[in-house]
Amino acid sequence: MKITRSEVEHVARLARLELSDSELDTFTGQMDGILAYVEKLNALDTDGIVPTSHAVPMENAFRPDQPADSIGVEAALANAPQRAESFFRVPKVIE
Amino acid sequence: MEIFDLTIHELHEKLKAKEVSSVEATRAMLERIEAVDGQVNAYITVTPEQALVEAEAADRRIAAGDVAPLTGIPVGLKDIFITKGIRTTCGSRILENFVPPYDGTAVAKLKEQGAVIVGKLNQDEFAMGSSNESSYFGPVKNPWNLECTPGGSSGGSAAAIAARTATATLGTDTGGSIRQPASHCSCVGLKPTYGRVSRYGVIAYASSLDQVGPLTRDVTDAALLLGAVAGYDPKDSTSVNTPVPDYVAGLATGVKGLKIGLPKQYFIEGLDPDVKRAMDEAIALYKSLGAELREVSLPHTEYAVATYYLIATAEASSNLARYDGVRFGHRAEDVRGLKEMFAKTRAEGFGSEVKRRIMLGTYALSSGYYDAYYVKAQKVRTLIMQDFLNAFQEVDVLLTPIAPTPPFKIGEKLADPLQMYLSDIFTIPVNLAGTCGISIPAGFSAAGLPIGLQLIGKPFGEATILSTAYAFERETQWHLKKAPL
Repeated sequence: MKITRSEVEHVARLARLELSDSELDTFTGQMDGILAYVEKLNALDTDGIVPTSHAVPMENAFRPDQPADSIGVEAALANAPQRAESFFRVPKVIE
Repeated sequence: MEIFDLTIHELHEKLKAKEVSSVEATRAMLERIEAVDGQVNAYITVTPEQALVEAEAADRRIAAGDVAPLTGIPVGLKDIFITKGIRTTCGSRILENFVPPYDGTAVAKLKEQGAVIVGKLNQDEFAMGSSNESSYFGPVKNPWNLECTPGGSSGGSAAAIAARTATATLGTDTGGSIRQPASHCSCVGLKPTYGRVSRYGVIAYASSLDQVGPLTRDVTDAALLLGAVAGYDPKDSTSVNTPVPDYVAGLATGVKGLKIGLPKQYFIEGLDPDVKRAMDEAIALYKSLGAELREVSLPHTEYAVATYYLIATAEASSNLARYDGVRFGHRAEDVRGLKEMFAKTRAEGFGSEVKRRIMLGTYALSSGYYDAYYVKAQKVRTLIMQDFLNAFQEVDVLLTPIAPTPPFKIGEKLADPLQMYLSDIFTIPVNLAGTCGISIPAGFSAAGLPIGLQLIGKPFGEATILSTAYAFERETQWHLKKAPL
């Protein structure tokens, strides 16, 4: 076994994802299969190989620090599930 | 020939000659959508009112003699593109009612040219899938055979071309999501080099792999549409500041003396016989046109799928953290506190493929596994990129199949995610290497299902793969065959 049901539960908590019992069972089996498949990468010796995070060479992108138009409070709040005045409203944060 | 059958360049000529107006073309397209999309399900949202307003504006521009290549042309957008005032779902319940406050750069560029947006196209949820079956809005049917999938994730974008319910469409490609559905629906689909097109206003799946590209009826249209959206954008710091060539002007370059590589790892046992036959015919045709064909090796090909499903899921798990029910999108009700709201919102809002990838990615990034999985995959990615650089020392273009088989049946691969992932074996390496690839129609299976051919170019070699594709298209005419709808 590459991954156990309790590890899957732990990962779900890290991902802020509530999973049902049947989802936990299914994902445990499927993730186990996929992780067994990706083990094949270990057949390759990658000592001294530089990891690639981007396919094209990237430099820091700088821009002048100048004020510009933004979309505005009303447009930013237009999709809010709940709002209060000019804020996003959420359930109790301190439990 | 109906108006909805025309290519961009054909309709452009008619608009310019005032043989047809943009309002007429747009009406014809909207009627066509009304008539056939019930069978195909390519559209999540159709926007007739806005489209007709845009068409009227285009007609005014045309009357004033101000006609860009896309002025007045009815286009569809994968629902991953942020569109101001038009619902943008990304195929997900979590964004079912999301109406963005701005346009992304590619969309803004189309609008500047006066293109008419007729609607938003179905896709796999958050672009995660190879068959369009993970959409919250139901699967898309392949217009060539309604029992088959159109491929994915830009399945709606490809199916709309085949069903003639859009003159051209935009899609995105993270592991083959433009090229594979283009192949399965017999249209042209191009994934540009990473950085060629701005990703600003494109909902992120795997940020180091995602690229925007065209799906069209022919190669000329792909060149036109790519030219319209390509270029540096200060709003996307990964877009590359390299001049955009006139892709149409170079189309007729020809392939005499062109060195075309055949990667031996792509012509394997187990390749579907119909796909194999189409590749053999394509190779013979290119030889007859004066190209030099030779075998090359991309030795790390077999590691690409494993590498992709670690890197893409890791990036996805991070990108999708923003869907938490706070600022936009679905929010779960009756929760006891913030943490429960996050977990329930995401449980209700995401489908199973998205959950599976978030889980895999979270695991690959988690403490104790980061080096073993994520960093290992990034190192193998370096080896895969090096394979391509080495091959391009010897040849100008690579020729490969797009998919190991013709389109598969809806439901066929749903039970086994790994089998679904493995169907992307020939498209994924191009994303990992960050280079460009195009899928063009290359024939049909004995059962009448489309088969696509992939041409892979050097980084920023879009002009070369387009002219190589054009040479093939001019001789074969597969692109003129119409789906029976």
